[in-house]
Amino acid sequence: MATDKTNLQLVVNGILNENPIFRLVLSMCPAVGISTTVMNGFMLGIAVLFVQVFSSCTIAIFKNKIHPRIRIPTYTLTIATWVTVIDMVLAAYLPEAYARMGIFVKLIVAFAIITMRLEMFACKESVTASFWDGIGMGLGFMFGMMALGFVRELLGLGTILGYDVLGFKPLLFFVLPFAGFFCVGLMMGFFNWIELRYKRAKQGA
Amino acid sequence: MRQTAMIPRVLIALVLFFLVPGVVLAEGLVAGKDFGEANEIIVTFSQSPDRQTAGDPANYTVYEEQDPDIRLGAERIVLSEDGRTATLVFAEPLNTTKPHVVTIANVAPGAESFRVTKPYLGYLVTILISALLINNFVFTKYLGLCVFFGTSKRKDTAKGMGVTFTIVMVVSAIMSWFFYQFILKPFDLNFLQIVIFIGLVSLTVQAVDTVLRKVNPILFNAFGVYLVLVIANCVIIAVPLILADNEYNFFETFMLSLGAGGGFLLALYLMSSVRERMELANVPRSFRGVPIAFIVAGQFALAFLGFSGLNIF
Repeated sequence: MATDKTNLQLVVNGILNENPIFRLVLSMCPAVGISTTVMNGFMLGIAVLFVQVFSSCTIAIFKNKIHPRIRIPTYTLTIATWVTVIDMVLAAYLPEAYARMGIFVKLIVAFAIITMRLEMFACKESVTASFWDGIGMGLGFMFGMMALGFVRELLGLGTILGYDVLGFKPLLFFVLPFAGFFCVGLMMGFFNWIELRYKRAKQGA
Repeated sequence: MRQTAMIPRVLIALVLFFLVPGVVLAEGLVAGKDFGEANEIIVTFSQSPDRQTAGDPANYTVYEEQDPDIRLGAERIVLSEDGRTATLVFAEPLNTTKPHVVTIANVAPGAESFRVTKPYLGYLVTILISALLINNFVFTKYLGLCVFFGTSKRKDTAKGMGVTFTIVMVVSAIMSWFFYQFILKPFDLNFLQIVIFIGLVSLTVQAVDTVLRKVNPILFNAFGVYLVLVIANCVIIAVPLILADNEYNFFETFMLSLGAGGGFLLALYLMSSVRERMELANVPRSFRGVPIAFIVAGQFALAFLGFSGLNIF
């Protein structure tokens, strides 16, 4: 079964229609845990993008050689290998950002989004399609994390990427760790609201 | 019904297994030391010391480890019949949550100094309670959320997922500990941590799946569907990484994994109780389903902050 979507559609699909954070509600741990600043979201987004693209391609290449009964352990070990790579690269070249993300880089191995994409997409499709799907999902995750980080950093600290924008701190509440739950819930509600209005407008027209 | 009868039995077996920790005794003059009553420290000597010196309070200096300047003088020393056990009686009750340092002079050649801490079992229970409530993995460390939101719609689902997760967690954490202590550390293979730990989890899931299918098909029908989800839970890989970082021993590993599993079960159960009731509530349309669940989880997280100062032992 080959996908009938073009490469661009695959990427856009990952960012909008099937956004990992706001639409599929997968990989919530980092979305709540470390989305306090835009930079954190961006760094973890890069790591997830890397792991997603390389695992998707690896599985797409070897899909005919994997026995269906052991496919889940195979996916897990493939992901674990790539996570080890990005973990060591980040620790060596960006130790500061790595320290801020803490245990979450290693936890990419258990993010449901990556395994799900391998199971739903990469094990059926060609290498090229899997590559673009991986890019789309990775960018979608990065976009979601950065959007959350943007809201929390702007409202909590009044800064964006460390630059002071507002000059005051509107709601310090948002940078506190547990506010991640509220922030994700409110943003999801907001996106749903936009969708509902859009649908209603369409029906009315 | 059968599953509910099994769970307490399994728990009792685990607790009994646990109540037999090894007691490590100091070598040299002092064979054992412990807190007795609230104002006592009991010291056991390995051979009979001279009664005169061992019974003299001036030969003992005691202080809390954090404050070496504040000396706690023993009021009197009570020696046992054979002189091998000395009980240091203090005027004031001791703060037994803090480790105390006792130095004995003149009894043996040179001064002998040792620490007296609260019982090891208490320390283990502290790890358990900490993982269960104070540092609950879901509400204060924000791990395992995908599965948490996915399986907290019904109480039955929540119980099934929680119990399955706890079993896999404990088994895989103990296996990870063995691998870490006896293979990864001696052969300097620490960079393989992630691959080995997640591989062990996969293996455990597959093994539990196969064994349960053969041994107890009824239980398998109830819990089998959750086994696949276990692997998508961040907690399952976070616990081995934490215990490798902190160099936990076997019993500490067991307690941490049990606490992590139990904490997850607790969080799931609390959340599912609320979500079952929320279906009757009039929630704004755009917030129905997952968004309102997030806001409820945020309130739970706030409530769990209240445990942060908890100190039992």
